[in-house]
Parts: sequence; C-alpha cells; structure tokens
Amino acid sequence: MADKVLDAKGLNCPLPILKTKKALKEVPSGGTLEVLSTDPGSVADFAAFCRTTGNQMVEETQDGGVYRFVIKHTG
Amino acid sequence: MDAQTAKDSAAAGSGENAKSMSIIVTKGSLDWAYPPFILATTAAAMGVDVTMFFTFYGLPLLLKKLDLQVTALGNTAMKMPMMGMHMGMPNFMSMIPGVDAGASVMMKNLIKKKGVASIEELREAAVESDVNLIACQMTMDLFEYKIEDMIPGIAVGGAATYMENALKADINLFI
Repeated sequence: MADKVLDAKGLNCPLPILKTKKALKEVPSGGTLEVLSTDPGSVADFAAFCRTTGNQMVEETQDGGVYRFVIKHTG
Repeated sequence: MDAQTAKDSAAAGSGENAKSMSIIVTKGSLDWAYPPFILATTAAAMGVDVTMFFTFYGLPLLLKKLDLQVTALGNTAMKMPMMGMHMGMPNFMSMIPGVDAGASVMMKNLIKKKGVASIEELREAAVESDVNLIACQMTMDLFEYKIEDMIPGIAVGGAATYMENALKADINLFI
C-alpha cells in the first residue's frame, strides 16, 4: 500500500507530472506514491520523470485505460 | 551544507548543480502560449531552473486577466475536430466576423473536455514552482503596459538580463 495516492485520471499532459511532483513533496523520503492516470503519454513521461529526478519507479501496471505507477520517493 | 542535504539537492536537481533552461516567449495567442508554459512547468517539476523572458506579443501573457484567442489567419494547417472529422480553417475565414471568436470558444471547450490545463493554471504552476518570469521593459514601454497590470512576483529586464541567464543555461528556446 502506497503512502499516498494521486488520482490524475482525466488529466492531460503535463498535469499528471506537475501534480505528481507536488504530491511527492508530501511523501517522506523512501516512501511511495501511487499515481493513477488515463493519459497514454504518461507511460513514457513518468519513466522519463523518474530517470531525470532520481525517483524510482517500483511498479507499473495497466488496467483497461488506467495506468498505475508506484514511485518511490528517492529524488 | 551537510552530505545528506547535498545529496538530496543534487538528486532533486535543485541548488548549484541544477540544470537550467531559458525560454523567450514572443507570441501571445492561445495556441502559442501552450508550448512555453508546458515546458517551463514540466522542467521545473523535473528540478530544472527555468527563466521565461516575455517580449513583444508574448508580454501580455503576464497580464493579470488573460483572454487568449486563436486565429485561423496565417495558421495554414489549422484543423479542428468537428462532427467526427477534422475541419480545415482556411485563412480567409478569419475575415468573417465572429469566426476567430467562435474558434477560440471551441478551442477552450476542447481544452476543458480533454483535461488539458488552462494557460491560467499553467502560469500559476510556473509561479508556484519558482519559474523566473521576466517582462521585457522595452515591450512594456512600446505597448504601454504598466507593472501594475501584470501578475505579482515577476521581474522586469532587458536583453542583458536575458543574456546573463541564457549564457548559463543548458537549454535556450525561442518560441
């Protein structure tokens, strides 16, 4: 179970990333943030965001049109 | 700065070792306002220090009240989704009264429907994430804008101010 959940469903680029950055501030270092998104572009974008910021993508799943990312706050 | 703080700030990309980007914003229509604000806010979220320099028709994007429009004029590839197809907007249609206003309303409705942020939202996010917003002094004089007309928290400067930022930046864009 993630420390915090961010529902970014229905939002388009770049809002899921902007809201994720904001939400990560509320997650303690080492904690996890779960993000739900319906933007197909977020698959590539969240990977790039994690690589660039030093946060760790620990889980990535897809259910129907909903993408779920679990990001460990290590950045 | 202790070791842990230094490590944190390096990983977050903030502090002295942060990457930086500058954008010259020269256009103020609804469609042209998106690229600079999307890139600035996303870069800031990725730990990049961002400077935006608003000049000529980009300057009004700093006005307190925004009323952005699109125009078909000079926008030769402009197509709008309509009734399940993409309808072209030939240049001459801009001459017909109400067409650009109608296209602007349509665009804003699409933006809302597709969950795309408004320019107001993105600008707020830019301010919140400490993007350095610089209004071009010369453009303010030229087009008679006052600093009181602009959103708070912006800086005013000229070409040298921009150059100082640009010379240090990893990415410089002109939009």
